[in-house]
Amino acid sequence: MIANKLDLDRARVRQARQLARRAGKPVVDLARSHTTVAVERAVLRLAGVSGADPDGIPWVNRLVDAVVADVGLGYGVAVPAFHALAASGTHDLTLLAQKAAAGSVRFEAPGGSAATAARRAARKAVAAGIRQIDRRRAERERLVTRYGDPPRRPWIYLIVATGDIYEDIPQAQAAARAGADVIAVIRSTGQSLLDYVPDGATREGFAGTYATQENFRLMRAALDETSRELRRYVRLTNYASGLCMPEIATLAGLERLDMMLNDSMYGILFRDINPVRTFVDQRFSRQIHARAGIIINTGEDNYLTTADAVDEAHTVTVSQLLNEYFAKEAGLEDWQLGLGHAFEINPDLPDSFRLELAHALLARELFPKAPLKWMPPTKHMTGDVFRGNLLDGFFNLAGTMTGQSILLVGMMTEAVVTPWLSDRDTALANVRYVLGACGGLHEDFVPAPGGFIQRRAHQVLDESVELLRRIVDDGLLEAIGAGTFGIMKRPADGGKGLAGVARHEPDYYNPATEILEER
Amino acid sequence: MSRIVRPYGDTTGDGMVQLSFTLPVASDRRAEGAALQLAAKMGMDPAMVVHSRPIGDGYTFFVVYGRVNHLVDVDAVQVVERDFPVLAAKEVNALVRRRLRRKLVVVGACIGTDAHTVGIDAILNVKGIAGEKGLESYREFRVVNMGAQVGVPDLVERAAAERADAVLVSQVVTQRDAHMHNTREMSAAFREALPAGRRPLLVVGGPRFDELMAAELGVDRIFGRGTTPREVASYLVHALAGGTVREKVAAG
Repeated sequence: MIANKLDLDRARVRQARQLARRAGKPVVDLARSHTTVAVERAVLRLAGVSGADPDGIPWVNRLVDAVVADVGLGYGVAVPAFHALAASGTHDLTLLAQKAAAGSVRFEAPGGSAATAARRAARKAVAAGIRQIDRRRAERERLVTRYGDPPRRPWIYLIVATGDIYEDIPQAQAAARAGADVIAVIRSTGQSLLDYVPDGATREGFAGTYATQENFRLMRAALDETSRELRRYVRLTNYASGLCMPEIATLAGLERLDMMLNDSMYGILFRDINPVRTFVDQRFSRQIHARAGIIINTGEDNYLTTADAVDEAHTVTVSQLLNEYFAKEAGLEDWQLGLGHAFEINPDLPDSFRLELAHALLARELFPKAPLKWMPPTKHMTGDVFRGNLLDGFFNLAGTMTGQSILLVGMMTEAVVTPWLSDRDTALANVRYVLGACGGLHEDFVPAPGGFIQRRAHQVLDESVELLRRIVDDGLLEAIGAGTFGIMKRPADGGKGLAGVARHEPDYYNPATEILEER
Repeated sequence: MSRIVRPYGDTTGDGMVQLSFTLPVASDRRAEGAALQLAAKMGMDPAMVVHSRPIGDGYTFFVVYGRVNHLVDVDAVQVVERDFPVLAAKEVNALVRRRLRRKLVVVGACIGTDAHTVGIDAILNVKGIAGEKGLESYREFRVVNMGAQVGVPDLVERAAAERADAVLVSQVVTQRDAHMHNTREMSAAFREALPAGRRPLLVVGGPRFDELMAAELGVDRIFGRGTTPREVASYLVHALAGGTVREKVAAG
């Protein structure tokens, strides 16, 4: 910490980080000793398997299912698949998947020199996929150098979501021209619970657009065009969450997406996905994000939409610390940690804005190098659009006073309609006014020593340390099971996707993890 | 006393309203004329464009103030009246204690592909909505929230296992009338699985339901947009522990 505007006790902050590490370590150990069907499918995607069968089920699913049916999941898919590939005399893994789906291939987990050969072949194929991710990262760096980053912080983040990728594209381009630095394409509701990634361009979604490789490619190409036109690199965001987190992270890396929503616990709490599945998938997806130079956005804002933003403020801090630990363990650097938090305190509460400032500044001071993502009010937006616009103005003000890095633009019609053209324009005018009038206010804003804001921040930090201590004592999985975060109780043996988890056999092999952990 | 009214700006009977909208035309004098034409067709006379600005390429946003000539007959307004009193949490709990003499069991879920738990959570979670705590906070209720994308068979099974008094289902997604199909499937499954006396009260909620369609969808009650936990709790005690105690309650 450089500034220490809140006069935080540095020893206490160190203690909080140590506790987060102790709470997270057992879960990392669990992630290192297990695999999932989604991790193995991501490995196959890196090895070049693409496309889907006539029913729309991706070949990676068919191939993993076939391997699991013959030898189980515990060896990983790489060795059985590449062993079968060598035996089959073809060189095309997608072709092998098609044969396997037709039932004409048997898989086994070989030993000895056959295993060594299969490992070598698998590693070679997967390395090609990772090289592609490396090339995409270098390409982003070139484009950012050529066109430049946004001229100021925070970056302005806008959402589009029509369900039809071909409608999303002009909307996204219009949003970028209107001032958005980051475009997020919201996913179709329920995609998090699909155990496969849909294939191809999609024109129909439920309150959002499916995340597919082709949709990623189309939107990135369109925004490259807009970046060229605006001489400003426009970033693209999607969601690596749900049952296909590792695969979507991989596709994002292959198609040069720039930011991905990726929270350590969101799927568990809000989608009832099995905790073990989530932590295993999450570690792999973050390793990919680290390699791809993608900024992750964590989802702490969600806690405050179900729990009280004042009483439960410390659960946000605890989650940020856990997200930081898991992210760094997976190889992400500080500049990639878009830790989330939100302006969700009931505006009728006395001093609500001072409380918001205290919480927002606490996050800023705890994670000085992280590109914090500041999320607008949703829960207390009532349909009174005039009051909503005022509230969004205060949200923008809090964002600039506390030096937030990524600002998700709040809509006064939140909870009324999906944003209209004029809603987005009014919301952007609000942001422009605040940033224009006092964009540098964070330089001047230093809370009074011993005053309300400092005291509140200290209290939240103390409560966070207290909660982390309890989590360390009880175990993180048990704490999640007991409903510590966001009220929901999620036991480790419940939730969706548990069947797709397996403990590593002694000779489990995953070439992607091997390469990603070499650095 | 007359119940005929007009909108009120700053003088009784002035009929003043405000309106904002976007037209897909470039911002110029002609655009303003177009906005005034729309306002006139909507019955605003005189109308003033007090603000207009271009939005992107080929769109213009307008704020219009003006006077409407329409009269509103308040007596002619029809609303669906609530047929049960809205009670405080304390009264609800007292009624359950006195009439049921055990906890009232509620099982809630989002069914089908709907992953939006916002509705069911607003009603069930302790946190609640609009300052009202959810049903979990009612001491005399036992609440099981099964969350999102619950299969209908799982819901029926769980409701039977928990001996649910009421099943609450939330449906937000309405593409291709999914909310109606899902609700019909759910009510049919309960009818099939449980005899009338043991069937829980079936309640659905969601922003796009027509509250008058309960019978058609085979459920006991529909709640629309803006429903609060207290209303749901009040309805449940009215239906399950109210003056007319239903058979199933007596049967236990």
